[in-house]
Amino acid sequence: MTEVTDRRQLAYIAAQASEARINVELEAEGMTLNIGPQHPATHGTLRIVARLDGEQVMDAEPMMGYMHRGYEKLAEVRTYPQVTALVNRIDWLGSFANEVPFILAAEQLMEVEAPPRAQWIRTILFEMARIANLTLFLGDMGVQLGAVTPVFYAFRDREHVLNQIEAATGGRFHPNFDRIGGVKDDLPAGWIQQTRQSLDKIRSFCDQMEDLLLGNAIFEQRTRGVGVIPADVAQAYGLSGANIRASGVDWDLRRDNPTETGLVYDQVDWKVWTHPDGDSFARYWVRLQEVRESCSIVDQLLGSIPKGPIMAKVPRIIKVPAGEAYVATENPLGIMGYYVVSKGGLEPFRVKIRSASFSNMSITPWLLKGTYVPDVITILASLYFILGDIDR
Amino acid sequence: MTSILALDYGYGGSVGLKLLLAFVAVLIPAGGTVYLYLFKMVSFMQSRLGPMEAGPFGSMQLLAEVGKSAQKEDIFPESADRFVFAAAPYVVMVSTFLLVLVVPFGPDAVFVNFDTGIFFALAVSSVSVIGILMAGWASASKYSLLGGLRAAGQLIAYELPLVLAVVGVVVQAESMNMQDIVSAQYNGEIFGWAAIGNPFILTQFAGFLIFMIAVQAELTQTPFDMPIAESELVAGYMTEYSGFRFLMFFIGEFATANIFAFLGATLFLGGWTVPPFVTDALGVEITDNIFNFIGPAIMGIKMLALTFVVYWVRFTYPRFREDQLQRFAWKVLIPLSLVNIVVTGLFKVVL
Amino acid sequence: MGLLPGGLVKGLGVTLGEIVKTVTQGAQTVQYPHQKEQPAPRSRGVIALHEENCTACMLCSRECPDWCIYIEGHKDLAPPRRAGGKPRKVNKLDRFDIDFGLCMYCGICVEVCPFDALFWTPEYEYSEPRIADLLHDKTRLSQWMQTVPEFESYEAGAEVKVKKVPR
Repeated sequence: MTEVTDRRQLAYIAAQASEARINVELEAEGMTLNIGPQHPATHGTLRIVARLDGEQVMDAEPMMGYMHRGYEKLAEVRTYPQVTALVNRIDWLGSFANEVPFILAAEQLMEVEAPPRAQWIRTILFEMARIANLTLFLGDMGVQLGAVTPVFYAFRDREHVLNQIEAATGGRFHPNFDRIGGVKDDLPAGWIQQTRQSLDKIRSFCDQMEDLLLGNAIFEQRTRGVGVIPADVAQAYGLSGANIRASGVDWDLRRDNPTETGLVYDQVDWKVWTHPDGDSFARYWVRLQEVRESCSIVDQLLGSIPKGPIMAKVPRIIKVPAGEAYVATENPLGIMGYYVVSKGGLEPFRVKIRSASFSNMSITPWLLKGTYVPDVITILASLYFILGDIDR
Repeated sequence: MTSILALDYGYGGSVGLKLLLAFVAVLIPAGGTVYLYLFKMVSFMQSRLGPMEAGPFGSMQLLAEVGKSAQKEDIFPESADRFVFAAAPYVVMVSTFLLVLVVPFGPDAVFVNFDTGIFFALAVSSVSVIGILMAGWASASKYSLLGGLRAAGQLIAYELPLVLAVVGVVVQAESMNMQDIVSAQYNGEIFGWAAIGNPFILTQFAGFLIFMIAVQAELTQTPFDMPIAESELVAGYMTEYSGFRFLMFFIGEFATANIFAFLGATLFLGGWTVPPFVTDALGVEITDNIFNFIGPAIMGIKMLALTFVVYWVRFTYPRFREDQLQRFAWKVLIPLSLVNIVVTGLFKVVL
Repeated sequence: MGLLPGGLVKGLGVTLGEIVKTVTQGAQTVQYPHQKEQPAPRSRGVIALHEENCTACMLCSRECPDWCIYIEGHKDLAPPRRAGGKPRKVNKLDRFDIDFGLCMYCGICVEVCPFDALFWTPEYEYSEPRIADLLHDKTRLSQWMQTVPEFESYEAGAEVKVKKVPR
C-alpha cells in the first residue's frame, strides 16, 4: 500500500471513511431519515441522522458544524472592541447576553470594575435580552407543535422590548453596547417609563400564552411525559439553563456565582423557578415563569438606578495585561462562558467560548432513542438551542 | 333537470350547463373561502392585515397565486413514478366533484337526487384516500412516504365516526334521500313547537359535534394534520409537488372543506330552507321556484358559518400525534357515536 | 383521555378576541410602504461624514472589523497662521468611502473618531439594485449629515454631557 502523506488527501480520506461508517452503521436495518440541515423544525442548519423503525427512532446522531463561523479563530486577530462587536452574533436572539461574560473576563484581567450605574444598566439589558430570547421560544414551541398563531403574538410583543433596546443602544438585534469598564452611553430621557410599558405588554403576552398553549389539552398531551430527563442524567451531560431547572436541579448562575462581579442580582428580590418533572411541558413552564421573573427584575432595577458615571477610568487604547480569566454567566440559553487568555497585547491571544447549546445538544442521542418522529420535534423544540450558539 | 330556469335546453345543453354549474359550485366557493379564511381571517387572528396589495383589500391575491403557479416548471422527482405522480391530484379532486353531485341547493336545484344520496356521498368521499396514498408513494421521498402512510391510517380511522354520526340523522329523518332530510328538518317540530322546524343541530347535538370533528380529520386540518405536519415533514405527501399540481392539492383541500360544509349544512342546519316562521311571514311556499335562486345563497351562508368554525379551530390548536389521534378516534369518537345512535333510536321509538 | 374542554374553549376565545380586535382597532403591523415606522434617534441606519472635522487620521479605517472604510489623503501646505510664520502641514482628504455592503453596523468607527467627524443617522432606505452602488463616497456621506438627529438628553442621574452635532 502506497503511503499517503499529502495532508489534504488524508483529510479527504478521513472524511469519506467517517461518512461511510455512518452509512454502514445506519443502513443496517430500518429507514435512515435525514432531519435537516434544511428543515423547518431545526432552529437553523442542524442535521440529525435518525434510523427509524416505522415511526420510532432507533438511533439518532446530531451533526453540527454547518454554521461554523470560526469565532475563536477570528478572536485571535481582532482587538477587544472588535471581538465584542462580533460576539453579539453567537446567540442572535438575546445578543447583549453574549457580550457580558467576555467583557467581564476582560475586566477581570484588567482589574477594573465598572461603576454602579453601568452595572445596573448592564443587568437591565441582560435581562431584557433574556426576555427577548425566551418570548420567542414561547411562541416557537407552539409552531413546532402545529399551532401557527402563538408565534405571531410572540413576535408582535417582542417588538416592544426590541424597540427599547434599540432606543438605548442603537441596534435591535446586535446592541454592541458593553465596553471594558462600563457601557457605551447612558440611557436616553423617557426610556425608563417606556420600558415599564413594554414590560406590561410582555406580562399580558405571558398570560395569553398561558391561555392559548399551557391550558390547551392537546399541548399538554403532546408535551407531558415526552423527553423526560432525570436530574442526574442532566447534570452528567452538562445541561444548563432552563433545561436543568426543569429537571428539578436548583442551579442558577445568577445567584450561585459569588466569584463574578459586574451584575447586580444580589440587589434585587427574585426567585429561581424549578419544576420536578423534567419533561417538555416542564421546560416550557419554567421558561414562561422565567420571563415573568425577568420582567419583575427589570422593574425593580429600573426603580433603583444609582446616579453616577457609566465608564470607569480606562485608557483610550486598551491593552489587557497578560493572564487568563474564565467568566460564566447565566445566559438565556444556559451557561455561557468565555476563557480569555491574554499576552498583554491589543488582541486576546485565545478566546474559548463555552456555549450553552453545544452542551445541551449532547443529550440528544441518549434522549431520542425510542421516541416517535413527532416527539423528536417536540424534544428539540423544548431543549431550545440556537444554531449560532452550537456552531459559533 | 331539463327545465332549469323554466327553459328547455335539450340533452346536450342541459349536460353542458350541469358541468358548468358543477365547476362553479366547487371552484368559486373554494376561491372565496381561500381569500376569506386563509388570507384574511388567519391574518386578523394574528394581528396583521394579510395581502392588501393585489386588488382592493387583496382580493386578487388568489388569482396572482394561480398565475404564479401556472407558469412554474413542471418538476418530476427523478425516481418518481410519473403516471401515478401526475394522476394523484386528479384522483383527489374526483371525490370532491362526485360529492357536489348529491348536495341539494334548492327544491329542484340538485344535480342528481339519489334515493340513497347520503350513502353515496359518504362512500365517494373515501376516494381521496387513494389519491393521497398515490401522492405519498409515487413521490419517491421518505418524507412523502411517511406523510402518505399517516394519512391513510388517519382518514380510514375517521371515516367511521363520520358515517356513524350521520346514521343518527338518517334515523331521525327516516330517509337517506338528501331532499327528504332537508324537508324533514323543515317540516319537523321540536316537542310540538314548529316555528323553526327541526334543524338536526339542536336535536342531534352530539352527532353534530362528532361530525364536525370527523370532518376536521377527514380534511387533514389541525389538530389532525399529521399527514401534512408542516414543521416536521415540510408538506407531507405534498412535498414533491410544485407549481400547478401543488395548487390542485391546495384548492382541492379548500373545495373539499366547502363540500363537507355543504353536507353538514344539509344534514344539520336545514339545507337550503329557511325556518318556517320566515316563509310564513313572507307568505311564500318552500317549494316555490324562487327558492331555486335563493337556495344556493342560503347554502352559501350556512357553508361559510361551518367553514369558519373549521378554520378557527385549525389556526388555534396544536396538532395531535398519530397514535393519540388514532386513540381518540377509536376509543372516544366511535363509542360516543354508537351511543348517539342508540339514544336516537330510543327517542324515535318512544316519542 | 380527559380532554378538558375549558382550556380548549379559552384558547378559541383568545383567537376570536384577536380577530375582533384587529377588525375594530386595526392591525398591529405597519403597512410599509404606505406607512413608515420612525426608528429611535440612536438607531444605526447609515453613517454620515462631517468632512471639515476629518483629518484623515485613519483611526476608523484601522479599527473597522470588516475593513470597509477606504481613506486616501495627502499632506498639503496651508498658509501660516500669522504673517511671517512657517506654512502648516495639514492632512487633506481625497477619498473617504464606506462600503455598506460590508459594513456590519457595529459603530466602532463612529466611537473611535477623535475629531467627531462621523455620526449615526436612523436613515435606512438606501438599498440599491447593484451591490457596487452600496459604496457611498465622500459627497454622499456628507449629504447624510442632514439627516443626523440632535443628541437626546439623558435620563435623570446621568453624568454624561450631551454632545452637539456640528452642522
